Amino acid sequence: MLSIRNLHARVGDKPILKGINLEIKTGEIHAIMGPNGSGKSTLSSVLAGRDEYEVTDGEVIYQGQNLLELEPEERAWAGVFLSFQYPVEIPGVKNIYLLKAAVNAVREHRGQPELKAGEFLKLVREKLKVMQMDEAFLHRNVNEGFSGGEKKRNEILQMQLLEPTLALLDETDSGLDVDALRIVGEGINQMRSPDRSVLLVTHYQRLLDVVKPDFVHVLAQGEIKLSGDHTLAQRLEREGYEGIEAA
Amino acid sequence: MSQQEIDQLVDQDYKYGFVTDIESDTLPPGLNEDVIREISTRKGEPEWLLEWRLEAYAKWLKMTPPDWAHVDYPPIDFQSISYFSAPKKQGDGPQSLDEVDPALIETYNKLGIPLEEQKMLAGVAVDAVFDSVSVVTTFKEKLHEAGVVFCPLSEAVHSHPELVKKFLGAVVPQNDNYYAALNSAVFSDGSFVYIPKGVRCPMELSTYFRINQQNTGQFERTLIVAEEGSYVSYLEGCTAPQRDENQLHAAVVELVAETDAEIKYSTVQNWFAGDDEGKGGIYNFVTKRGECRGDRSKISWTQLETGSSITWKYPSCVLIGADSVGEFYSVAVAGKKQQADTGTKMIHIGPRTRSTIISKGISTARGQNAYRGLVKVLPGAVDARNFTQCDSLLIGDQCGAHTFPYVEAEEPSAQLEHEATTSKVSDDQLFYLRTRGMTEEDALNMVVNGFCKEVFQKLPMEFAVEAEALLGITLEGAVG
Repeated sequence: MLSIRNLHARVGDKPILKGINLEIKTGEIHAIMGPNGSGKSTLSSVLAGRDEYEVTDGEVIYQGQNLLELEPEERAWAGVFLSFQYPVEIPGVKNIYLLKAAVNAVREHRGQPELKAGEFLKLVREKLKVMQMDEAFLHRNVNEGFSGGEKKRNEILQMQLLEPTLALLDETDSGLDVDALRIVGEGINQMRSPDRSVLLVTHYQRLLDVVKPDFVHVLAQGEIKLSGDHTLAQRLEREGYEGIEAA
Repeated sequence: MSQQEIDQLVDQDYKYGFVTDIESDTLPPGLNEDVIREISTRKGEPEWLLEWRLEAYAKWLKMTPPDWAHVDYPPIDFQSISYFSAPKKQGDGPQSLDEVDPALIETYNKLGIPLEEQKMLAGVAVDAVFDSVSVVTTFKEKLHEAGVVFCPLSEAVHSHPELVKKFLGAVVPQNDNYYAALNSAVFSDGSFVYIPKGVRCPMELSTYFRINQQNTGQFERTLIVAEEGSYVSYLEGCTAPQRDENQLHAAVVELVAETDAEIKYSTVQNWFAGDDEGKGGIYNFVTKRGECRGDRSKISWTQLETGSSITWKYPSCVLIGADSVGEFYSVAVAGKKQQADTGTKMIHIGPRTRSTIISKGISTARGQNAYRGLVKVLPGAVDARNFTQCDSLLIGDQCGAHTFPYVEAEEPSAQLEHEATTSKVSDDQLFYLRTRGMTEEDALNMVVNGFCKEVFQKLPMEFAVEAEALLGITLEGAVG
């Protein structure tokens, strides 16, 4: 599904990713953990196509195509989804309007017919239920005045609607209280499928208690220092990142 | 040739020189009293109207063009302009859409304008069996039943002379400003609307339905009178791009709202903006003013200004009646090398008068957008209130946004609020939407439409949908 080889990236003159190698097979959930400033968010941003990052070396092959050559929207059409650590506010634009436009943009490029207003509403109501979100969400402006938890739930709602093949979830657990964490975690679990891969970027282990990853990687100083199964996350929780980095 | 003959010839030239061919549809360039007489004669106007025009002309001669606006253009040679064009006859224009500029057709298609309407907009001769003719007929019958008068001003001069005489220039005096004076002297045509006491106009009045008046020309003049307890919503302009041979447009719009009356005036202006260097674009110098004469009367101006190379326009409300309300909702876009200096004036005279100003300026490319507004509260306007919000959105780094708010409060009990913001379309916003599958252009449109939402909500439903589409087309190529 996704093959990252020797990926180097920088912002301005500052190198952030210094040779990442990662293989994600279809149906797998990988967690990237690491201390602040290790390059976790940079990795997901580079994969989604944010242009403030410059890729200086390496390649990323997604379903046989060179992902780095695609525009952000082309990646979305190809099934890549990024859940933002800090979802962006779009004043004056109703959430439902964005959701419908996004779903239909992606459908169009997958050769599926556009969803009519009624069909879309039916679909979105189903997903709202899963995320335990009130329908009033649809009529609020995109992320404007949303609490941290509401923003993250809204991201996962979008993922549910867009049904990506590769989901990049950047610090989706940050800013969530216990209940919201459980809801968001279940929302992600529900999307688990043999046809879908997930890259979970997180600082803490707590989300991984709900969403059990197949693999855990520790990212520090722009490199993957250690990989293992889900028990690695528990070890990190006990020993902290310092122990790993020293090792 | 003898000296006498020469003298005769010179005399003759002096007397008739400006027009030799009676068959000609357009007067040769130039402006003097004889030109004004000729305009009046050709339009078959009564003597009093000619006098009124001449009076305005005399005032105009003593005035100078305003230079305070934040716009820059070479001086206009008023003698190089032709001041009268007869309405185009069928067959004058292109014979079919094949003869129309393909770029224009492409834009019509993008806006989803039906073929028959495209023909009308492009000035193609249309058949008598054109569907909308019957629409217009039904429309007119309905208005007639309600007692509403909606006709070209030139027609109203004959059918309702007493009303025209009473209200023409009552809100915008002949010498109000340089361009209003010019308009008063040479105005071509426009709409006349009269809503009798207690009547709620049964439909939105749109200039679009005034199809018998295609060529209202560069000096449009509109007069709307809403009698006690009446209501009317008037739509001016068209989302489709309008090309015009005339570079200078100086329109005047006057509104009168009596006690408990409400006038909602919506404009979509999409005149040719000129090329990327601003060449060939329309100069749009407009005077629009409404008087809330009666208690509890209300006037709302809503506008989307996307076209013209220069826009100079301040739709205003004079709030005379107690508890009267004035509103101004505006979206002005300046792209290419466009210059927009637009805003409003709210003059509070009566007690408890209220006004709201929401102005959204969008600047892209090398566009310069200025908001200029005056809120004036006269002594005695007890407890008058104003809320002003001016938001500017910048796309790119070569454009500019300017805000010139003026406040003159002479009534201590008045409450005035002003909010202003300037923002840029952020890369974060565009990236966020692109990761959701929207192209960069669609993403930009979504952000911009969100920015304009408060204003578009004030437009009549159908107009609002068209306005969004128009904005999208206007911003094409603004990013990337």
